[in-house]
Amino acid sequence: MTRFAWLQFRMQAAVGAGALAVIAVVLAVTEPNLVHLYNTSVANCAVSGNCAAATTAFLAKDHLLQDLANLLIALPALVGMFWGAPLVARELETGTEQLVWAQGVTRTRWILTKLALIGLASAAASGLLSLMLTWWSSTFDRVNMNKFTSVFDQRDIVPIGYAAFAFALGAATGALIRRTLPAMATTLAAYVGVRLVFTHWVRPHLITPVRAVTALHAMAGTTFNETNNGPLTLIGAKPGAWVYSAQVVNKTGHPVSGSFLDRGACLQSRAASACIGQLREALVYQPASRYWTFQWYEMAIFLALAVVLGGLCVWWVRDRLV
Amino acid sequence: MTAVIETTALGKRYGRKWALRDCTLSIPEGNVVSLVGPNGAGKTTLLHLAVGLLAPTCGSISVLGGRPGDGPAQLEKVGFVAQATPTYAGLSVAKHLRMGAYLNAKWDRGLAQGRVDQLGLDPRQKAGSLSGGQRAQLALTIAIAKRPELLVLDEPVASLDPLSRREFLQGLMEIVAEHGISVVLSSHLVADLERVCDSIVVLVASQVRLAGEVAELLATHHRLSGPRRDPRSLPSDQAVIEESHTDKQSTFFIRTDQPILDPRWSVAPVTLEDLVLAYMAAPVRGPELGAPALGLVS
Repeated sequence: MTRFAWLQFRMQAAVGAGALAVIAVVLAVTEPNLVHLYNTSVANCAVSGNCAAATTAFLAKDHLLQDLANLLIALPALVGMFWGAPLVARELETGTEQLVWAQGVTRTRWILTKLALIGLASAAASGLLSLMLTWWSSTFDRVNMNKFTSVFDQRDIVPIGYAAFAFALGAATGALIRRTLPAMATTLAAYVGVRLVFTHWVRPHLITPVRAVTALHAMAGTTFNETNNGPLTLIGAKPGAWVYSAQVVNKTGHPVSGSFLDRGACLQSRAASACIGQLREALVYQPASRYWTFQWYEMAIFLALAVVLGGLCVWWVRDRLV
Repeated sequence: MTAVIETTALGKRYGRKWALRDCTLSIPEGNVVSLVGPNGAGKTTLLHLAVGLLAPTCGSISVLGGRPGDGPAQLEKVGFVAQATPTYAGLSVAKHLRMGAYLNAKWDRGLAQGRVDQLGLDPRQKAGSLSGGQRAQLALTIAIAKRPELLVLDEPVASLDPLSRREFLQGLMEIVAEHGISVVLSSHLVADLERVCDSIVVLVASQVRLAGEVAELLATHHRLSGPRRDPRSLPSDQAVIEESHTDKQSTFFIRTDQPILDPRWSVAPVTLEDLVLAYMAAPVRGPELGAPALGLVS
């Protein structure tokens, strides 16, 4: 059965491998230039004393390719739509299940083999792409120090879980809906929905964040932020960490508004250091050291979802399409 | 003789609609058996139940002594050509044969290749660009090269032009002669079946209306015409299937295994098509027309 599954899948596999190869070449050609830029500008910025400008200039480079890289987070969705959704739906649509299910292989084995082979290919393609992008973006990530937040889902191992999940979601949807195009649309919507729900409501609660109130220590890269004279917050308080909130509070722990500083009494008086000394920073965050824990948790959860959906697909094909 | 397909009170329901209901029949082996009936009679459902594509809602079905679709051994014993002969449009003829080889333990490579050569199919041609007749032949080739004991064909010739239809049935007859396998095929084109099948099962509204060997059925059915008379005045061994009357004349379509002695009748032989049409049109009446009473004589 594996050989037949491969016979049917190899055309799609070739298309996927070709696309990955093109991306690999583009990334390999452009990466040395990025490293060179980094080494000549950001790495030495302490000497010239203008790190902010150097960073901004560096991040402005290769915007097009960065955008391209961002588009590639769509890979799991594409896998779900083009490899997953048609897997069973196209057979049912063209009637070929009546041909293949009458051969000397049970349909349970048929669906298990297909899910395993193409599921593995999906995970491998996504993992490979993520590996290339993670490597290519390492200089940007070093400058941004935000791998834990904005690009968490485009780096390292979580895309493997996403692709396996999207594929199983597509396959199960296709078996349930029995039509390719509606199954593709449903897969896309469901995949995006699950990812959004997970990112906003599940991931922040996977591990209880660290809550700490410490002395306000100004360091390079930390800036104050306030909106509409609201509470004063800090940006960049914990490099590499995932900061849920960073509020400036006074001795009693109450949030301090921007006008407190602006009154002048504090910052411009001779007692400035004493004034600032009264302030504290109240942080809720996931330390940078938990980055890999979160990566493993999220990948494992999406792989588990993929297994559940795969099981649903097998059950549906075996017991419900009769 | 053992039965290739045996069903007891078999039923299949989709939602609240029964596609097949209370179907009891027995099809003996070593025969080409035709399953005929109007559209919606449950022929396709019955055949899909027999090959394991569907599972029964109630009742039981056994095929070659096993439960349909129950494991690879059972699947390999039954070859199936589905209605409209589906094939993978994107795969070539050669790749379809490879599919058969990969998925069937007893695959006969020589038989498959020989048939493709004989049919003049280009192995590199994609199945999607084959004509309807060629596609049907490819599907038949796959179904027989797995060396089944039973071949099940669902309306194999319905969509073919008369020439391809004849070629297909000819190929089928060669296979039956050569390999001695049992064939169950459904069709509503009775004229085509006359040359092919040994036995016939007429299925109407998922009930068996008639079952028997063609030769015997043709010998025991007659069309009588003569002066008008009441059907009740016919001898008790003559079962009336169909009757029509004018002012002066009566025509009866009867079944009897006794000679017709009454000199007033002019007796005409019937064709298989007459027979099937008469039974399809006849309302169910009398026990001798009920479902299981007319089991196959074997």
